[in-house]
Amino acid sequence: MRIGLRVNGAPHEADVWEGESLLYVLRERLGYPGSKNACEQGECGSCSVLLDRRLVCACLVLAAQADGHDVVTVEGLAEGDRLHRVQEAFVAAGAVQCGFCTPGLVVATADLLEHTPDPSHDQIREALSGNICRCTGYAKIFDAVRMAAAG
Amino acid sequence: MSVKLELGRVGQIVPRADGIPKTTGEFAYSSDLQAAGMLWGHTLRSPHAHARITEVDISAAVAAPGVHAVLTHEDVPGAKLYGLEFQDQPVLAIDRVRYFGEPVALVAAEHPEQARRAAELIRVEYTPLPPLADAETATEQEPLHPERPTMGHGYRDDPRPNVVRSLVIRHGDPDAEGDVSVSGVYEVGIQDQAFLGPESGLCVPDGEGGIDVYVATQWLHVDRDQVAPCLGLNPEQVRIHLAGVGGAFGGREDLSMQIHGSLLALHTNRPVKIVYNREESFVGHIHRHPAKIWMEHRATRDGELVNVRARILLDGGAYASSSTAVTSNAASFACGPYQVDNALIESLCVYTNNPPCGAMRGFGAVQVCFAHEAQMDKLAAALDIDPIELRLLNALQPGDRTPTGQLITGPLPVADVIRRAAGLPVPEPEELPRDPLRLPGGSGNTTRGEGVKRGVGFAVGFKNIGYSEGFDDYTAARVQLFADGSAEIHCAAAEVGQGVAGVILQVARTELGTVDVTLAPHTTAMVGSAGSASASRMTWMASGAVRDACRAALAERERKGGGDVDVERIYRHPRTSALDPETGQTTGERSHVAYACAAMRVVAEVDVELGLTRVVWIGTAQDIGKAVNPQAVTGQIEGGTAQGLGLALMEEIQTRDGLITNASFTDYLIPTTLDMPPVVSELVEDPDPDAPYGAKGVGEPPTVVSTAAVVSALRAATGRELTRVPVKPDDIVGL
Repeated sequence: MRIGLRVNGAPHEADVWEGESLLYVLRERLGYPGSKNACEQGECGSCSVLLDRRLVCACLVLAAQADGHDVVTVEGLAEGDRLHRVQEAFVAAGAVQCGFCTPGLVVATADLLEHTPDPSHDQIREALSGNICRCTGYAKIFDAVRMAAAG
Repeated sequence: MSVKLELGRVGQIVPRADGIPKTTGEFAYSSDLQAAGMLWGHTLRSPHAHARITEVDISAAVAAPGVHAVLTHEDVPGAKLYGLEFQDQPVLAIDRVRYFGEPVALVAAEHPEQARRAAELIRVEYTPLPPLADAETATEQEPLHPERPTMGHGYRDDPRPNVVRSLVIRHGDPDAEGDVSVSGVYEVGIQDQAFLGPESGLCVPDGEGGIDVYVATQWLHVDRDQVAPCLGLNPEQVRIHLAGVGGAFGGREDLSMQIHGSLLALHTNRPVKIVYNREESFVGHIHRHPAKIWMEHRATRDGELVNVRARILLDGGAYASSSTAVTSNAASFACGPYQVDNALIESLCVYTNNPPCGAMRGFGAVQVCFAHEAQMDKLAAALDIDPIELRLLNALQPGDRTPTGQLITGPLPVADVIRRAAGLPVPEPEELPRDPLRLPGGSGNTTRGEGVKRGVGFAVGFKNIGYSEGFDDYTAARVQLFADGSAEIHCAAAEVGQGVAGVILQVARTELGTVDVTLAPHTTAMVGSAGSASASRMTWMASGAVRDACRAALAERERKGGGDVDVERIYRHPRTSALDPETGQTTGERSHVAYACAAMRVVAEVDVELGLTRVVWIGTAQDIGKAVNPQAVTGQIEGGTAQGLGLALMEEIQTRDGLITNASFTDYLIPTTLDMPPVVSELVEDPDPDAPYGAKGVGEPPTVVSTAAVVSALRAATGRELTRVPVKPDDIVGL
């Protein structure tokens, strides 16, 4: 089937098989591999994107469900060479190791700060509890979120 | 990937050069790769833990839509068996499968779904065999590998069936008696590395019979040396290139899709990409060995250890992988970082039809640390001595001998890490009632905290750095200096997330005195082997090789009076020696290059009625030699601690008659932001004169010690023995 959607502001059309997830179409058909394929069952958050400004796991959304909708991926957060403050904070705080969880965490953190500009530690823990990181033990991710919140 | 260093020399905090592309989504992981005309590969795997294969019919799969190739063992043109150290594992099953998920056939198709569906059409006739699923009876069962692939390599000749390796360490008088004795039986479940980036890669035929493999791995050259013989190619016809690695932790030491993708690519003459999904990843790599450990400690009334007697049983699963070295490590570190004059340690690893086990962060030391630290707490209680004082009294130090007879010559500040971890102030108890997010079990806890008890635990552990027992362990580095003053470094050291690429650039900048340094892509095509990104060795080894190559390049430029220079150097750490096969004693000066230790203090709360836990705070002091990049070091400590906490509280691959029953992140739990407490890290810098810049490895000690330390805190809170990890709610409640 043919679908049309906006990704990071740009219009796209794609011929997809009905069983394909939004994640698959972003990664394999539209050239946005930034969203990651760690579990593909909604447990790890590595594929977090904004669908009509709501945080979702792209692996749990059928591509057909995104037909006619707006998607923002990790590739859409920076403005040209100017990184999003969350991206800057993740680099500066040492919150990136292997980095496979990073795109999802960056999107989830940007979403958190959009709605809760000055989150408490427990609010950060709860908001990011759906994003698994296997490398860092989260300490430097918490640092990065606080750094980004402080601007 | 081509990265450039912006800041920093050895010892400074340097942001990761790959940090920005990893936050913007531009960094290319092995699962992100594409090539024109690319096909998707898929692997058909055994649904049985043990079965004979009587017939394979691929005809329906070959005829399925979009399919370009369906391959079985008959299509493997070279060696049919491969292995990291022993060639005991079929590339594709021949007439028998020995574990659940063993690869049987391969499909390449236009779309990944077509490949999956075609694989379902392959008809494999199995005759199920009784699975050997109980490690304790393995040496009395029919052999799974009658040809005994691990025998004849200088190990003890153990004639029993299904022995991967057995090792006995006899030290001093193994019958020596003490005034008091404590003993226990300890068990460790199967832990998974659970790296987030699934096994994946892209194999591209070069048009001349050879192949380029872009893959996430830990050791490029040993991949090449396993892939080439199975393809019937010379090593130089196989070029392994490091693609972006989404974590490793030991789980990428063994091959996954490298040979399979290459077979499909060479057969179709098209690029082939294989990406495992999470379920396949759980069966597609080796795991941490489950263990059962019987341990007895004998001591004087004053608390001095007299004798440690231990029996260690490791389940290696269906194939050898690196089990022989894990067997030895478990034995070497069974007594912990303590001075013990007498010991009898038997370590045995067996073949079974359970999931194959091999390397995972901590490599044999994790399992025994859980046991010896439980024993030390038990001994302290029996003697009514403070457990930290008991550890200080027995702390190993330079000049002591380990149970393998090795004199400790380098720095090993065991007493110092104990004092510094013990000196960290623990947080005050929190009041009740409170936000459920801060209760054991989090928002799942529906009480007001009436059953919450608090405990403080402590543990110490140590582990070897680098490869041991006489292995020729080396790393090559190549340095090109250009007339414009810039430099390019080639080193195949795998950047798996730990930050070795940054270490290489820091060393090169320090040695060359310029910021204009580039690290070339990691590949077998341009430089010699770096050895494995494992055993906490890569910082030490890559630093040595890059340092030596930089210094040689500067000398060469000086000699030539300028111009371009291109030199390659190989760095070796001090030689190690084998262990005597009968006594387990070192046959030379040392069997391990160096040791690193860590101590950890943990505060935990337990809801003793609901069996729920909350780790409140962790403080640790670690012997690191010297921090090359302090931010990266604390990152390793925090992450390594989380993996040990996971084993203590939640992580276990569950099996039933060899079949994995929880191959998903829904059922295999790993710590989240709600599980991890703050981790306070004290870096104990006592530079090792044998190590370049004095830097020991840092990745494994936190994982070795944290499982033991977390359970120690749970014991303090519950008063229960808690002899098995992961600790379950039922264990806490006492059901």
